[in-house]
Amino acid sequence: MTTTEVKSEQKAAKPVTQLGDRIFAGSAKGAGIAILVVLAGVASFLLIEAFPAVTAPESELPGGLVAYVGPLIFGTLLGAVIALVVATPAAVAVALFISHYAPRRLSQGLSYIVDLLAAVPSIVYGLWGAWTLAPLSVPLSNWLTDNLGWIPLFAGPASTTGRTMMVVGLVLAVMILPIITAVAREVFLQTPSLHEEAALALGATRWEMIRMAVLPFGRSGIISGAMLGLGRALGETMAVAMILSVSGAVTFNLISSENPGTIAANIALQFPEASGITVNVLIASGLVLFVITLLVNMLARYIVERRRDFSGAN
Amino acid sequence: MGKSVEAKDLNIYYGSFLAVEGVNMTIKPKTVTALIGPSGCGKSTFLRSINRMHENIPGARVEGRLELDGQDLYGANVDPVGVRRQIGMVFQRPNPFPTMSIYDNVIAGMKLNNKKASKSELDDTVERSLRGANLWNEVKDRLEKPGSGLSGGQQQRLCIARAIAVRPDVLLMDEPCSALDPISTLAIEDLINELKNDYTIVIVTHNMQQAARVSDFTGFFNIEGTGKPGKLVELDETKTIFSQPKQKATEDYVSGRFG
Ligand SMILES: Nc1ncnc2c1ncn2[C@@H]1O[C@H](COP(=O)(O)OP(=O)(O)OP(=O)(O)O)[C@@H](O)[C@H]1O
Ligand SMILES: [Mg+2]
Repeated sequence: MTTTEVKSEQKAAKPVTQLGDRIFAGSAKGAGIAILVVLAGVASFLLIEAFPAVTAPESELPGGLVAYVGPLIFGTLLGAVIALVVATPAAVAVALFISHYAPRRLSQGLSYIVDLLAAVPSIVYGLWGAWTLAPLSVPLSNWLTDNLGWIPLFAGPASTTGRTMMVVGLVLAVMILPIITAVAREVFLQTPSLHEEAALALGATRWEMIRMAVLPFGRSGIISGAMLGLGRALGETMAVAMILSVSGAVTFNLISSENPGTIAANIALQFPEASGITVNVLIASGLVLFVITLLVNMLARYIVERRRDFSGAN
Repeated sequence: MGKSVEAKDLNIYYGSFLAVEGVNMTIKPKTVTALIGPSGCGKSTFLRSINRMHENIPGARVEGRLELDGQDLYGANVDPVGVRRQIGMVFQRPNPFPTMSIYDNVIAGMKLNNKKASKSELDDTVERSLRGANLWNEVKDRLEKPGSGLSGGQQQRLCIARAIAVRPDVLLMDEPCSALDPISTLAIEDLINELKNDYTIVIVTHNMQQAARVSDFTGFFNIEGTGKPGKLVELDETKTIFSQPKQKATEDYVSGRFG
């Protein structure tokens, strides 16, 4: 009897907290819960609406769900990977130039321009890609297939309109460049001068200093930036829908007129005329995109986490 | 290894601000020279001009002559990167590369100089340098662990090992013990005594006892007031500086009667 009394007394004696702290803690907790609720809502909507497509009989859905979504998954990943492969090195180079090479004035102007790129709406990129870059890419595609045709990526025959996966990848690369650059620039600027000086004092050139001190320190930032970019490239809708000429082919041939579609663009193009089971199929493909993006983010976290010991955070 | 350093009428600027004026100083090979003086008098600035780290700060520049065994370090076609490979530096706060293992930290400088060093050469260098820095026994079983996992004193000795791994001619130390406990400080002072067999050492310190314990020569820098340049007041054998300095200002400072 006495022990329980003591316990309840201890419980009652709460640590003293300020009202401001309690309000802040409460609203932060509320915001966190709200995010989870919204996320759960979206996920359950996708799951419930996608379910009929998974169980649909062969007669309603010729070839089945996998045959429909498969090429779209492939196209989504292909476009996003091209964008990432092109944009990441470029973004790191631009970020390094801004943070460690350019004189102050120039680097400020340049940062501003890069940030401005991020503010361009994707429909504008779509227009630019379809009207300018696509025709411009035709001679390049011809040259690639003539000279480097033995590489499967450039097997050809080159598309005459230029509405190819390569152009989509390049436009997506330009679109994700600013976000990767911005994130990378911020971490590069935060490199402790302690470590930069350590490298310089050992007789490192500026580039060697960057390799010894700046890039290792910025590694996790580069990865997070790239993953943010990848997320945007995976989900990009309008630009892809406007540029790509889709045949549904599953091919690594980037410059021909036979291209796989992407999930997001496909939903945007098909949804207005969809009815019945087709709607469920589109939603199922949206669910797949959701899962892919989730996996990408988890992978990024894992990579960043794995080398925490060496990250210099301690 | 172990070359002399000579400064002739050295003026050191940050932009238009003259931080250190008219330093004339000869540092003999294989000796330890301590630089003392009140805060802000330009000890670090002078030290950093010796290995041309000073000019990394935008607008910073140097006038006059600085020689390493008679060779002009600020000559028209002298590469600062080359100078820094000959003149090593240890900083006030230990700064091992956090992303590198202990092993890689030690050979970081060597990798810059000699890209094709064989594995056994690298192993030898790591052991020699860590033994030289009195750290080998403490870390030999965890060379692959990150250098940032060591204690502060161990990290500082790792930085010394990294600096001596490339066998520099001169070793500069800017208050290397100020972030360390007394035991680690003693360990580093012992180490300095051993290192002077091979290297010319210049050490900045605020600790008068430390200057007296480790150095052969002591230079006293002073500053007349804020905004004025720092100057080398006197450089002499350490025992002379601490017993019968020629300048009144030096005597006041070493006896603790400093304003
Ligand atoms: N990066 C810099 N830019 C401009 N002025 C500087 C810079 N670093 C140092 N100074 C100035 O140069 C003068 C000498 O500074 P320095 O750091 O060399 O002094 P110090 O003797 O090492 O002092 P302490 O004992 O506190 O380390 C000071 O007046 C300081 O304000
Ligand atoms: Mg200093």
